[in-house]
Amino acid sequence: MDQNYGQITKDGLWNNNIVFAQALGLCPLLAVTGTATNGLGMGLASTAVFVASALAISALRGIITPQVRLPVFVLIIAVLVTLVDMTMNAWMHDLHKVLGLFIPLIVTNCAILGRAEAFASRNKVLPSLVDGIMMGLGFTFALVALGATREILGSGTLFADAKLLLGNWAGFLELHLIPDYKGFLLIILPPGGFIVLAFLLAGKRLIDQALTRRGKPLTVVPAANQRKVI
Amino acid sequence: MSPSRTTAFRDRISYQALLLGGFSFIATALLVIGNIATHDAIQERRMENLRASLSQVIPDSLHDNDLLDSPLQYHDATGRPMTIYRAVQELQIRALAWETIGKGYAGDIRILIGLAADGSVLGVRVLNHTETPGLGDKIEATRSDWILGFTGRSLRDPPLNKWGVRKDGGDFDGFSGATITARAVVESVRDGLVFFRENCTALLEVPVIHTPVME
Repeated sequence: MDQNYGQITKDGLWNNNIVFAQALGLCPLLAVTGTATNGLGMGLASTAVFVASALAISALRGIITPQVRLPVFVLIIAVLVTLVDMTMNAWMHDLHKVLGLFIPLIVTNCAILGRAEAFASRNKVLPSLVDGIMMGLGFTFALVALGATREILGSGTLFADAKLLLGNWAGFLELHLIPDYKGFLLIILPPGGFIVLAFLLAGKRLIDQALTRRGKPLTVVPAANQRKVI
Repeated sequence: MSPSRTTAFRDRISYQALLLGGFSFIATALLVIGNIATHDAIQERRMENLRASLSQVIPDSLHDNDLLDSPLQYHDATGRPMTIYRAVQELQIRALAWETIGKGYAGDIRILIGLAADGSVLGVRVLNHTETPGLGDKIEATRSDWILGFTGRSLRDPPLNKWGVRKDGGDFDGFSGATITARAVVESVRDGLVFFRENCTALLEVPVIHTPVME
């Protein structure tokens, strides 16, 4: 079973990453990633919902019938998101001020319903929990990567306002990378999100290709090419 | 029950209905509990926010009451209800503040206006907006001094026909690339001043908030 968890972890973080491999959850992704900090906050809030929905759905999978599973999943996810929203509004208010607009967007994150359908409803509680955590972290990783790239290119800073999100100790994260930077508005606006995402997707493909090439003996490559020709 | 009978039972329409109904009931119950648990804290945060914004447009030296204490419920010329917060000192209204909404480039801009009793601007702050980052967000006090330029102005300074952005022949700077945003804020403040001029008798009527003990 250990190997199984390793596989789940690898899938969630990289191979089957929600953004980079499945291209799901793009609505919240593009909406919030103007800065790395917003990406991180959104990622952590989504992770909480991933984990909670994985737990709830895998625990209840025995009594949920296939005929009504979708409305039940949607109901569970909607309740969880609303609870997260209310909790953050009440006790993490500064973070809520930054992210409040985007929390309800988590409901529209089809990746959460996707994981509920593809994994949590078919697996035991523990593997589902691991899957929820790893998918959530993978999503967070994608959000932070996209947010950081857009923030550096768009405004020349990194993790601006991290103090608002994480408290005062996070001040060291706030970097002003390019002094007197005039800003590159396009990257901050939604089209910039698509452009940067395209480069990141291409980057992931390149890394994967490099890894496969290194992993296999060189002679395999021509063989693969030949097969493609035929 | 044998497995086949369990399956048969679960395939019946009544089971599906019960399942959906049961989940809806549990979901409602959870939300009710969540709402009860967080309601007071959320309300408190909202008050804190409002108090913090109000203290930016009305200086503490102008009042000895709690600004959130018994605000005046009023309505503007179009009948839209508005809540006016009053700064009272020595039974005199020294300043007023209220929220108004300007039509920005990308949606509503919520603006808090603070006026002294003589009709001059004490301060203006943008509470929230959805303007273009990097262009329109210069209306935020944390990003630019622009919004502080209203302080001390009134309908005499500049005269009413000069209350606009420079592009429209007015006296106020706009931002290149975000004229609509600047115009929305300037005109909201102007409308606020006009509203005050037309309603000042009613607005400055001394409220009975705390009747101090006469000695």
